[in-house]
Amino acid sequence: MTTTADPKDLKAFAADADAWFRENVVADPGFMLPLTFMEVGTDQQFHFLRDWQNKVYEAGYLGASWPKEYGGGGLPQAFQAEATRAMRRHNGPIMLNAIGLNWTGPLLLDIGSEEHRKRFIRGILSAEDIWCQGFSEPENGSDLGNAQTRAVRDGDSFVVNGSKIWTTLGRYARYMILLARTDPDASRKYDGLSFFLAPMKIEGVETRPIRKLTGEHGFTQTFFTDARIPAHDLIGTEGGGWKVAMRTLEYERGARGGQAGGYVSVDTDAFAVLGLARSMMRDGAPALEDPAIRDRMLDFLMEIQSQTLCRQRLAVAPLNAERPSALPLSSKLIGTEFVRRINEFAVTLTGMKGGYYVGEPEAINAGLWPRAYLNAFSATIGGGTSQIQHNIIGEHVLGLPKS
Amino acid sequence: MLDLGRLGFSEEQADLLEVATRFCRERSPISKVRSLMLEETGFDTDLWTEIAALGWLGIAIPEAYGGSGLTLAETVPIVEQMGRRLLASPFVPTTLAAQTILAGGTEAQKEALLPRIAQGARATLALAEPDGDWRLEQMTSLAEDRPDGRIALSGEKRFVLDAGAAEILIVSVRRHGEPQLALLEASDLPTGALRREIVIDETRRSFALSLDGVVISASALFDPARVRAALDHVHLAANLLSAAEMSGGALAAIEYTVDYARTRKQFGKLIGSYQAVKHPLVDAYVRYEQARSHLYSAAHCFSEQGAGEIAVRMARIQTETVFAYAADRSIQFHGGFGFTYDCDAQLYRRRALWNASQNGDAIYHRRRLASLIF
Repeated sequence: MTTTADPKDLKAFAADADAWFRENVVADPGFMLPLTFMEVGTDQQFHFLRDWQNKVYEAGYLGASWPKEYGGGGLPQAFQAEATRAMRRHNGPIMLNAIGLNWTGPLLLDIGSEEHRKRFIRGILSAEDIWCQGFSEPENGSDLGNAQTRAVRDGDSFVVNGSKIWTTLGRYARYMILLARTDPDASRKYDGLSFFLAPMKIEGVETRPIRKLTGEHGFTQTFFTDARIPAHDLIGTEGGGWKVAMRTLEYERGARGGQAGGYVSVDTDAFAVLGLARSMMRDGAPALEDPAIRDRMLDFLMEIQSQTLCRQRLAVAPLNAERPSALPLSSKLIGTEFVRRINEFAVTLTGMKGGYYVGEPEAINAGLWPRAYLNAFSATIGGGTSQIQHNIIGEHVLGLPKS
Repeated sequence: MLDLGRLGFSEEQADLLEVATRFCRERSPISKVRSLMLEETGFDTDLWTEIAALGWLGIAIPEAYGGSGLTLAETVPIVEQMGRRLLASPFVPTTLAAQTILAGGTEAQKEALLPRIAQGARATLALAEPDGDWRLEQMTSLAEDRPDGRIALSGEKRFVLDAGAAEILIVSVRRHGEPQLALLEASDLPTGALRREIVIDETRRSFALSLDGVVISASALFDPARVRAALDHVHLAANLLSAAEMSGGALAAIEYTVDYARTRKQFGKLIGSYQAVKHPLVDAYVRYEQARSHLYSAAHCFSEQGAGEIAVRMARIQTETVFAYAADRSIQFHGGFGFTYDCDAQLYRRRALWNASQNGDAIYHRRRLASLIF
């Protein structure tokens, strides 16, 4: 990272960032870019995004607020926030190394050893070391605490056997944050788990691509067969893996060591869908003039406004006093279901051409909408399905009995 | 890009929210709500005196007229908490009457009436007519000039809240073909001018008003140049406060149902553990929190040109929709008990139906909103 910004001059930094993104964002790379890091499906996309993240980091606009001694910029968090704003303003592509930036990095800055921080942080920021996440298993999706992948201590190593699924970027990753069972006899299923920083490019680790409902590749299933992980790459305590995993979830709401910055998915633009409602024709008139379409469009605009207002309300403590966890715990359910439904609506708006798909030259917006709709299920299912989210909110916010 | 409003919260709102939350919880337990339902006036006059003493009636009245010079935004947390506890009082009609005088009254009227209201004089609005149309500028009641310089009113008004206990009434009439507003003192009304209406929300007192035979002086008329603006203002203000009541009501309906779901057992299990009960309750709750964010955006942006109207209509739509849903599900999830008069679910459902019926329902506001946005 080359930044030499004056830590007192936020304004100058923001102006520089704005100019840099204006100049360096490539509007059209000549192929379709993924909307989220979970949708990286081709080598072409992968290399483009890896180079892009590296370039942003080298320019000083990623990790600007992480400690200098590990590869960050050492500036106050407000600087990174300005850089991220500039990135968004100029529609910069997403940051690729999402698991590293949002989970591993903050975790290491929070509870990692000095050696871990020195070894991993720089590679996370530069995208040299791609990270993936090994939580879900074929038989344990929403029921994460029941993970069965085994890690058995053998001298200075743990020997791992089992399988993880929905490994985003699994084919490219050099490391995985891995939740594995070190004590199958623990009285509570959660107490038998440990959390590892596991190497992927070693003997006994094999990835197999999973073909998504879109027809694209993106996830892998990862198989461990007597894979040996160094014991010193266990993070937290042996048997304390569940707590570490839960801790990583908090980083989405603001990491203790500061956020790396950037974004790993592009928000669905409700106003772009409004544009579609204006441009697509039905019975010789813009679709928006159809009262039924108009009414549904209004709903979506209100919903996106609801989400904006709820985010603003997070900063107003007295309006969250009675149930402080309500808004944070419900944002995933609301946000992911919204993205799914608005993309579904967008497909509807394209009328007859809603029958086209990616690759068809006459598809509206190159088939963006149907693809985004199908991909949206990754978020309504992944990270705890919407159905489980209902249980979580019902039990943890409203105090309803467990189902 | 179109400004749809944004959330903001003043220190005064925070203080009032805290005080009102406690006050309404302590002073309006459901047993009191039910006993007041049986009484003719429908509210507790001692409690009203206390509300006046707290200064709540003068919040949105300028200091020059005896108020504290804050805005309608600061009344929102109070009305929200009143709605949550179904606290019966003429606070909303009195506040709206003061807003109408501020927006369209003459200087002399403001000087005479606003300090009285701030001190606790009850006031109300008589805008609706027997046709039940929500359009306020469409009225058939008349104001006709008499040879003696006084003005004779005629016509019928409906849904006049707490008119039986009001000292001051503001009526909308047509004069020289144009909308006009006129001030009445309760003493101007002939005997029998008011008839108590039977309304679905039994915590409310609403009246039909006959203007026939009412004669007023010309000084009781509003500033004609500002009448339309005053009607627009009171339409939005009424919807802001209705949204506040419904936000509070929705939470109350949800909390009441959650309490039952945590204690009632069927088939050996607490009914709240069944996902067929739990998930709709969560849906109601999540939508309530969203609606509440809209409410405080509407309060914050209320006086802004453009964003204010958009935010108020959105808040009104969201709170009405979630209150109806939460109260409807509250009846259902209480099972057989939910079908009885003793179950409080009916109080919330009837309240939600009443609020939806006044000042334009969600469908009405959606159409208005669409024409503002698209």
